[in-house]
Parts: sequence; C-alpha cells; structure tokens
Amino acid sequence: MKHKLLIGCCLLLLPLLAPAWAQEAPVADTTTDSTAAMQAPAPVTDLTARDKENDHGHGIVLEWTPSVDDDGGLNNVFGYVIQRAESPDGPFEERGRVPIGAGGYDDIGSKERESDGFMPDYVDYYYLVRTLTVDEAVYTDSDIIGPVQSYGQWFNTGRIPVLFFVIGFMILTMYFITKARGGAKLFVRRLAGIEAVDEAIGRATEMGKPILYVLGLGTASDIATIASFTILGRVAKKVAEYQTGLIVPCYDPIVMTVAQETVRTSYMDAGRPDSYSDDMVYFVTQSQFAYVAAVNGTMLRELPATNIYMGKFFAESLILAETGALAGSIQISGTDEIAQIPFFVVACDYTLIGEELYAASAYLGREPVLLGSLKAQDYAKAAVIILAVIGFITINFDWGGFKQLFQVLD
Amino acid sequence: MNGSRRLSLIILAAVLVVFVVSWILHTTGFQGDGAGTWLSVRDGFLVTLAAFLTLAIFSFLYKDNPYYKFAEHLFVGVSAAYWMCVGFWSTFVGNFIPRVSHTLSDFFQVPYKGFNVFYFVPLILGIMLLLRLSSKVGWISRWALAFIVGTTAGLNLIRYLRTDFITQVSNTFVPLLVDWKGIGPFFSDLSLSASGQFMLTLSNWVIFIGVFSGLIYFFFSKEHKGLFGTASRVGIWVLMITFGASFGYTVMGRVSLLVGRLTFLFQDWLGLIN
Repeated sequence: MKHKLLIGCCLLLLPLLAPAWAQEAPVADTTTDSTAAMQAPAPVTDLTARDKENDHGHGIVLEWTPSVDDDGGLNNVFGYVIQRAESPDGPFEERGRVPIGAGGYDDIGSKERESDGFMPDYVDYYYLVRTLTVDEAVYTDSDIIGPVQSYGQWFNTGRIPVLFFVIGFMILTMYFITKARGGAKLFVRRLAGIEAVDEAIGRATEMGKPILYVLGLGTASDIATIASFTILGRVAKKVAEYQTGLIVPCYDPIVMTVAQETVRTSYMDAGRPDSYSDDMVYFVTQSQFAYVAAVNGTMLRELPATNIYMGKFFAESLILAETGALAGSIQISGTDEIAQIPFFVVACDYTLIGEELYAASAYLGREPVLLGSLKAQDYAKAAVIILAVIGFITINFDWGGFKQLFQVLD
Repeated sequence: MNGSRRLSLIILAAVLVVFVVSWILHTTGFQGDGAGTWLSVRDGFLVTLAAFLTLAIFSFLYKDNPYYKFAEHLFVGVSAAYWMCVGFWSTFVGNFIPRVSHTLSDFFQVPYKGFNVFYFVPLILGIMLLLRLSSKVGWISRWALAFIVGTTAGLNLIRYLRTDFITQVSNTFVPLLVDWKGIGPFFSDLSLSASGQFMLTLSNWVIFIGVFSGLIYFFFSKEHKGLFGTASRVGIWVLMITFGASFGYTVMGRVSLLVGRLTFLFQDWLGLIN
C-alpha cells in the first residue's frame, strides 16, 4: 500500500518536474528554429489585380496563390502584407494585412475626397504582396503587378433578381391601373376599421365635438403618411359636409403643407371653401415627446369625439391611444410600424394592421391608380405564395437550384 | 376669492417654496471643484428644474392642470427652437456652406470642402418649399414636394423589394425535417434546446405556415370565406401572438425608462439612493 502511495505521489509530481526538462531541451531546438526564421520564405505566385465588380468604384481585388512555405516547405510564413504605389518604382504604402492561408484581398478606398482613405478612380495602381515571417525583417516580395485602375459600374449584376421582380410588379401594376381606368369594377374586401370612420364622423357631429386626426411622425415621403393623406382627404370631405370641427396637429412641416392642401381641396370639393381655415392643420414641433405632450393636452382640452391615428408611429403610440381612451374618444388607428401595432390593438376601437392602411386609402379614395396598385399587390402576394410553396417543395427534395434564383449579392 | 382659486394659490406657493428650498439645498450640498461658485448655483437650479418638470409631466396622470400645461408648452417651444438651431448648424452650416463658399466657411469656422455646384439643387428645392408661405406663388412648392416624394418612393421601391420581399421569400424555403435520420434517432435525441432538431423543425413549420396564412389574411381581392377564411383566421392568430410577444417585450423597455426617471428623482434630486 505504501509502495503504491509513493508511486502515485511520484506520478503526481512528474508534471512539476517537466518544465525543468523542457528548459533543457530547447537549447538545440531554439538553434534549429532561429535558423529556419532567418530563411526568407518563397513569394506568392500568380498575383492578379482587377477592378472590383458591381460597385461604385474605389476598389481593386487582388488574388494570388499562397507561398509554398505557407503550411508546407519551410512552414515559416506569418502572413501577407499588401502594398500599393502609383508608380512601379514606388514608393509603396501598406494597404492591408491578411493571415496565412489567405489567397486574396479587397483594396477598398473611400469615395470622399476629403477623407484620409480617399482612393480616386481611373488612376494607375501597382501592387505587390510581401510574404512575412515572424521576424518582420525577413520577408519576400512578389513581382509587381499593374497598372490597374478602379472604376464604378453602372449596372450591378448581383441584383438581377431585383430587376426581374421590379419589372414583373410594374407590368402587373400598369395592367390593373389601365383596367381600373377603363371602368372595370375591382373588388376590395370589407375593412372594419374604415367602415367605422363614417360612423365615427357621424358620432362627432351628433356630439358637437371635433375630430382629431394625427398623421404620425413620418415624413411626406413615407408610404404610411402618403396613405394617411388619402384617408385625411376623405375624412375632411365628410367633416366639411357635416360641418364638424377638424384638428390636425402635424409633426413635420412638409407633412403640414401637404395636409393643408389636402384638407383645403376636400373642403372645396364639399362646396364649403369658406369653412376651411389654416388653423385646422398646424405644425407643433419636430421633437417626438414634445409633440405627444402637445397632442395629449389638445385631447384633454378639446375633448374630440373621434381620434384617428393613421401613419407612422413610434414609442408615443401608446401614450396617444391611452390618453384618447381617457378622454372618452372613439379611436381608429392604422400604422405599418409592427412594433406599435400591438399598442394600437389594445387601446383603440379599430386598428388597421400594416397593409390594411394602404388598402384603406384605395378603398376610400376609389381612384384607379390606387385600386390598380392594390390589385397588383394582391397578385404579387399570390405569386409569393406560389413561389413559397415551390421553394418549400424543392428544398425538401434537395432541388437546391431554385433558391439560388433569389440570391441578391451586395 | 373662491375655494378652488385659494387652493390653487396655496399649491402654487407650496411648489415655489419646495423649488427654492431644493435649489438652495443642492447649491449648498454641491461637492466638487465648483462648490460655492455660480457653477453650484447653476447645477442646483438645473437639477431642481428637471425634477419639477418631471413631476409636472407626471401630474398629467391625475388630470390636466396648469403645471402640465406649463411643462408642455415649455417643452414644445424649446424643442422647436432646438431643432431649428440643429437644422441650421448641421444641415446648412455643416453640409451646404463648406461646399459653396470659402469665406462663409471661415466665418462659421467649418472646414471648406471644395466648391460643388450640385449642392445648389437642394438649396433651390428648399426655397421652392418655403414659397408655400406665399398665396400667389405657393403652387411652386408642389414641384419640390413632388421631387421629394417621387425620389424617395423610387429608392424605397428597390430597397423594400430586396429586403422585405425577395429576401423574405427566399427565407421561407425551409426544410420540412431538419437533419432527418429516422424516427428512432429523432426521439432518442429529443431536446428542447433552440439548436436542437425538434425546435429547428418546429420553427421551420411555424415560419412556413405563418408566412402562408399571414399572406392570405392580407389578400384583399377575395372575401375571407370557407377554406380561405380559415387560413386567414390562422394568419390573424399568428399575427396576434406575434404582437403579444412584441407588446410584452416593448413594455419591459418602457418600464426601464420609468426606472431611469425615478432613479433621477430619488438619487440625483432627493439623494435617497446612494
């Protein structure tokens, strides 16, 4: 038993003694390693340089065959340094470094003239690739390659699938708009939120209270805001006919401009241009929560019978909806901001989810352009469903080529 | 003087007393290099003012009142002025002047970046937009607006088609069974970890059925009846479950904002938290 204990202790102590042995062994090994480090590695071969494709310029792609001493031969390669000059005689400046095994490098510069990394197009560049060892004083340069110039391309071939879909969608849209203009009746299913708008306007008229219409925090170029303008036009026309009050506080000055035009036109269409006043549609501020504070104050002071929130909303959505509920208003909302839809769903009486907002503008306006676009979207959705089913089948039977058709390269 | 007016005056007096006392305490309790100087007076005022405005906004939870109105109008006015200044200094001085005038760049102390005639295009469009204020030539602003809306719509068409359409369609091509080796290995290696075979298979089914039924819900050219209506119903259920999860997640973020404000009140203002 004691012998076994002694042997066990010796075995345990063995690792403690190993460093002492290891210190002795490398004397010969260090000599061998330093000898190998002093030898310069073989250079890279087959170095090529070309303009980077499918970009706006300011980029060169370099490719080479790694040194034979990279993971073979002398096995002393530490990495590669890419150097560039505007003349074959230099001076060469370092453009980047890549680790061992690398066979290429993208030399991408900035397009900003005042930037430090500015890389002008249509300038001759010369490259070499330096093969480094651990000791950076020991290296080998490849042959100098060049001249090569960078330039931008007009057409990005990696985005051809996008082109096909754009063309397909445009053909569908133009077909249905033409059909709608020709007088064809295009069916759009009932949307509960929109049918409630007329009812809500009637309620406001009976109660003698105004309607508050909030266009959201988007700009005039946001799709949700554009859809909201159409709905505002419809609401304003009804309001003008019923002689109800309308309050439209705006977040964006340009949105205010468009909204004023829309409401003025609606009042004129309703035959009541004298009832319109620019004070109905006013700018508040472009600060998110200051805007919300002002609208909340308006809700509790003016006590509108109906609140309509249509457009782009962010964190203020629940604050608006809850305050409106506190004021006892009937509330109809619509937004394409996915994160805000839950708040509108819980706090408003009717909510238009995402694309229903866009459909609502077509449903209310009944303009051929809007109806035709909506129909085209529906057929695009049908195409997506069919493509999804085909893709689902092909991927499950390992027919992988179909998915490649949808790959869009940067 | 009736009762409500008297009560309002008492509340106003109490608020002013608390404000002044807080200001004095923060000024005298200031620790640092600026103690006893206008720096401590300024910081004491700012902390007290911030606490006062925070509580004024919170008072809205009870009902609309003059303190909320004051805070609201102050916020609206200051923010409008602030964004106007930011717009001038960042857009006009930061972007336009360095590219049109060396003299003005030196005056505003911004680096001159070289003359670029194209920068006059947004200047002209901006002036056209401002003409909206004139009733005679206000129609000119519609051209600038048409340019803004049209350009943005055109750019967004490509962007959304690529990210929200093609990429999402491609991501719907998912395998029905992930790493399928047979029923035996499936049940013997059953695991509920997110990277396990069961969860990956389940998530693929959810993705496919969710996208399929969600698209059917948003189909406006057909009444939702029969089998189509059933699929649409599944779609709205998927949507509502997603919205519920998003709601819970976002509410947690909002609570953290509240915690931040309460921390300011109890730590920076009242000093009750070390």
